[in-house]
Amino acid sequence: MAKRLDIKDLNVYYGDFHAVDSVTMSVEPRSVTALIGPSGCGKSTVLRTLNRMHEVIPGASVKGHVLLDGADIYAPDVSPVSVRRTIGMVFQRPNPFPTMSIRDNVVAGLRLQGEKNKAKLHEIAEQSLRGANLWNEVKDRLDKPGGGLSGGQQQRLCIARSIAVEPDVLLMDEPCSALDPISTLAIEDLITELKEKYTIVIVTHNMQQAARVSDQTAFFNLAGVGKPGRMVEIATTDKIFSNPTEKATEDYISGRFG
Amino acid sequence: MSPRTNLPGRKEPALRPFPTEEDLKAKRAFRPISRGRQFTDKFVGGLVTAAFLVALAPLLWVLWTVVSKGFPAILSSDWWLRSLQGVLPEEFAGGVYHALYGTIVQALMAAVISVPLGLLVAIYLVEYGRGPLARLVTQMVDIMSGIPSIVAALFVFSLWVSTLGQHQSAFAVSLALVLLMLPVVVRNTEEMLRLVPDELREASYALGVPKWVTILRIVLPSAMSGIISGIILAVARVMGETAPVLVLVGYSRSINFNIFDGNMASLPLLLYTELTNPEAAGQLRVWGAALTLIILIAVLNIIATVASRLVAPKKS
Repeated sequence: MAKRLDIKDLNVYYGDFHAVDSVTMSVEPRSVTALIGPSGCGKSTVLRTLNRMHEVIPGASVKGHVLLDGADIYAPDVSPVSVRRTIGMVFQRPNPFPTMSIRDNVVAGLRLQGEKNKAKLHEIAEQSLRGANLWNEVKDRLDKPGGGLSGGQQQRLCIARSIAVEPDVLLMDEPCSALDPISTLAIEDLITELKEKYTIVIVTHNMQQAARVSDQTAFFNLAGVGKPGRMVEIATTDKIFSNPTEKATEDYISGRFG
Repeated sequence: MSPRTNLPGRKEPALRPFPTEEDLKAKRAFRPISRGRQFTDKFVGGLVTAAFLVALAPLLWVLWTVVSKGFPAILSSDWWLRSLQGVLPEEFAGGVYHALYGTIVQALMAAVISVPLGLLVAIYLVEYGRGPLARLVTQMVDIMSGIPSIVAALFVFSLWVSTLGQHQSAFAVSLALVLLMLPVVVRNTEEMLRLVPDELREASYALGVPKWVTILRIVLPSAMSGIISGIILAVARVMGETAPVLVLVGYSRSINFNIFDGNMASLPLLLYTELTNPEAAGQLRVWGAALTLIILIAVLNIIATVASRLVAPKKS
């Protein structure tokens, strides 16, 4: 199930613009890695390159390697579709499919990949909703539209949808930034549970959140105005928040800039 | 974690009595709206309302004239179920069944051709089109939507009848209607597809769903409501087109089921033909046919609304 990610000399470009400079890091299986840093420093961009979602944006390109258990996801014969089947993603704003019921939303990935067995789909829908701590809240209205849930429930629905296709890695792009503190707590608890089964990389602006949920933290920053973003430092979360090596990291987490 | 979260204990603010009416009147913290602005507001509001009424008047006038003059004609069941075969110009008998059939068949056939084509072009433009080819297609659609219907009709005449040697027929009319309908369908579908948020496409890609499945199963269903109502309105729009039927098919007083050959009536063509009939019966038929056309288009508008409600994504 959970696999390790190794990122080596990863550079991201939007057209001619060099957006992120040479990132190298490793993510252990069954761990949570948080990417923190000021807006525009490239942490979301890096996250998107980990399942080739950046290719949706015209002109975006990548140099370098991302290895999933040693296999390069950028090898020439690898299709982005198969990469995204094994590396799932949860977005900043909850985005359930408006035309589908709650249950259909959860099993959308499987159904759109061609799975037709109703009994199997129902079972996976229940498992995934339980896995996302949403089952008890929605079990009586599985056939109602997903858009009728609250923001926090919708986000857990999206997480259920992502884990229903059984990925090896789960990427989360500021999953709580549109949610209230109680929903945020529910998602953070969920992340801690999901860690048992998945490798998780999360982008967050909330440093307390990074401190609460992650095992290692990477701090990103801009090298300067108009220059590419870069990874300043990566270490265990304890070390980043108590005794960072770089001055910039310390300034950022203590709120002296950014 | 940060020292800032630790706020010092604040004093409970003392409750002040709420000010009385007199206090409120005495104290003017906000500048009152000036006389000039009040006047301008009223004046412009009046102008806008007047413009609306001016625009509405001819519409109601036309509607009232057609309904009052045409209503006696459409009451009999013969009007809807019989053609004008064997009916003398001066007698009021028979009906417009043949013309109604012609109008619906010609418009539907045009829709059968232009809807798939239009959907595919729109999907290409929104989901795939980049660079010079997409710009060219967009430009062409723009130019097409400006073609006058008589030009479309003459183009089909020169291509289908003169060059390819085919007969004038209902199908030739449909071809001309396709030229008029296609840009409308493309434009409307394009707009509806662009309204589908990119987040939905990304959510689907992130589940490992290929792009074409995403378009078919996520994007199209999300936009279907607007696409369907746009198509029906485009059909209603071409039903009243007169130039193609004048140029590309002859008038017939009886029904003709052969779309590829022979004369076929349609409501605009019947209207135009009966205009030259000086008898009172002919005038009544003109107003009746006009009202029938308006009713047909109104019914399609209602169907468009209902259909788009039915397929629209539902909130719980």
